[in-house]
Amino acid sequence: MANLKELRVRIGSVRSTQKITAAMKMVAASKLRRAQVAAEAVRPYADRMERMLSLLAEGLPELSAAPPLLAGTGKDEAHLLVPVSADRGLCGSFNTNVIRETRRRVFGLREMGKTVTLFCIGRKGREALRRVFGDAVVGDREGLMRTGVAFADAGAVADELVQMYETGAFDVCTFVFNRFESVISQTVTARTVIPVPVPEAEETPAVAPGGRALHILEPSDEEILAELLPRNVAVQVFRALLESFASEQGSRMTAMDSATRNAGEMIDSLTLTYNRTRQAQITKELIEIISGAEAI
Amino acid sequence: MADKVLVELVTPVEVILSREVDMVVVPGGDGDFGILPGHAPLLSTLRPGVVNIYEGGAVTDSVFVADGFAEATEARVTILAEDTLSMSEATNEAAQARIAEARRQIDAAEDDGGRAAGERALGTAEALAQVLERRDRRP
Repeated sequence: MANLKELRVRIGSVRSTQKITAAMKMVAASKLRRAQVAAEAVRPYADRMERMLSLLAEGLPELSAAPPLLAGTGKDEAHLLVPVSADRGLCGSFNTNVIRETRRRVFGLREMGKTVTLFCIGRKGREALRRVFGDAVVGDREGLMRTGVAFADAGAVADELVQMYETGAFDVCTFVFNRFESVISQTVTARTVIPVPVPEAEETPAVAPGGRALHILEPSDEEILAELLPRNVAVQVFRALLESFASEQGSRMTAMDSATRNAGEMIDSLTLTYNRTRQAQITKELIEIISGAEAI
Repeated sequence: MADKVLVELVTPVEVILSREVDMVVVPGGDGDFGILPGHAPLLSTLRPGVVNIYEGGAVTDSVFVADGFAEATEARVTILAEDTLSMSEATNEAAQARIAEARRQIDAAEDDGGRAAGERALGTAEALAQVLERRDRRP
C-alpha cells in the first residue's frame, strides 16, 4: 500500500508544477498578443515594398542585366538553409517540426547532388542540427527573439546573408520556419529569400511601349534596385522571424495549456488514491482496536 | 485633379502617417523634392533628412526619416523608412547620444560589415544633429 506521506509529497510537487505551467501559459499568451500585433504591423511595409520591387523589375529591359540578388547567380548548386527555431524548449512540437523539415530538405538536396550549408537561428535548432550535420552549419544566431523581434536584428542577419551571397558562398537561400496560422496551428514553411522572388504586379503595368519604366527614377533604377534588394531581404527575414516568434508563443501556450490540464488530472487521481488509502488505514486501525477489545 | 495628396509614411513596425495633405517635401537621394497632387510617377531613394507635411500653407508635421524609399503617383505618396523620429520629440542630446553610440559601434566592429553598418548609423545620427541644429537656431 502506498505510503500516505509519499502521496502527500507527490501531490504537492505536481501541484507546484501545475502552477509553473499555468504561469508559462499566461506569459506566452500575453507575448503572443504582442507578437501577433507586430506580425500584422509589418504587412503594410512589406506590401508596399513588394509593389515598388515589381514596378522596378518590370521596367528592367531584361533580367540578365539585373543585379545578382534579383537574377540569381545562374547556378543552382550551393544551397543555404536557414532554419528558424526557438531558443528555449517547452513549446510542443515547434522546434522538432522545424528541425525535421530541415533535415528532410538537406537529405533531399544532397541526394540531388547539391551542396548544402546551414545558418541556424535559435539555440534549439543549432544544437540539434550541429549534432547531425556538424560542419555544414556555417553560422548561427540566438537571442534574437526574447521579448520581441527588433528590425535591426533582422537587418543584421540579412546583411550577413547578402555578404555571404556576394562572396559566392551559396546560390539559393531558403528560410525554414513556422508560419503562424492560428494559436493552435502553425505550419512549417520554406521560403526562398535569395535570389529575391519578384511578386506579380497587380496594378496596370508602369512600362511604356518602349520597355522603359514610366516612373521618374532618382538617382537611377540600378541604384534604387541596389538599395531596395538588400532591404527586401531584410524585410523577408524580419517577416520570417516575426511569424516564427508568434508561432513559438502560440505553440508554447497550447503545450502549457495541455500540461496544466494533465497536471490537474494527475492531482485528481492522486487525491483519490490518497483519500482511499487514508480511509483504508482508518478502517484497519478500527478493526484492530475492536478485535483487540473483543479478545479481552 | 484632386487637390489633396494621400501621404503614407510606413516603417517595418508601424504606419506612422496616413492622411490627405496639401504637399509633402521629401529628402530624396539627389536632393529634396516637394510633391503636390498630380505629381508625375516617381521612385526615389531617401537620404537621412526631414519629411515635411504642408497643410493650409504651413508645416503641420515633420518627421526625421532614414534609410528608405519614396514612391509618388498622381494621388499618393508612399514613404518607406526603416528609422523615423518625430521632430517634436527629437532633442539635441538624443542626437549626440546616437553619434557617440555609432562611433562606439565603429570602434567595436570586427569586420567590414559591422564597420559599414556603424558608419551608416553615424551618417544618420550626424544628419539628425545637423537638422536639429538648424531648427534650434531659428527663433
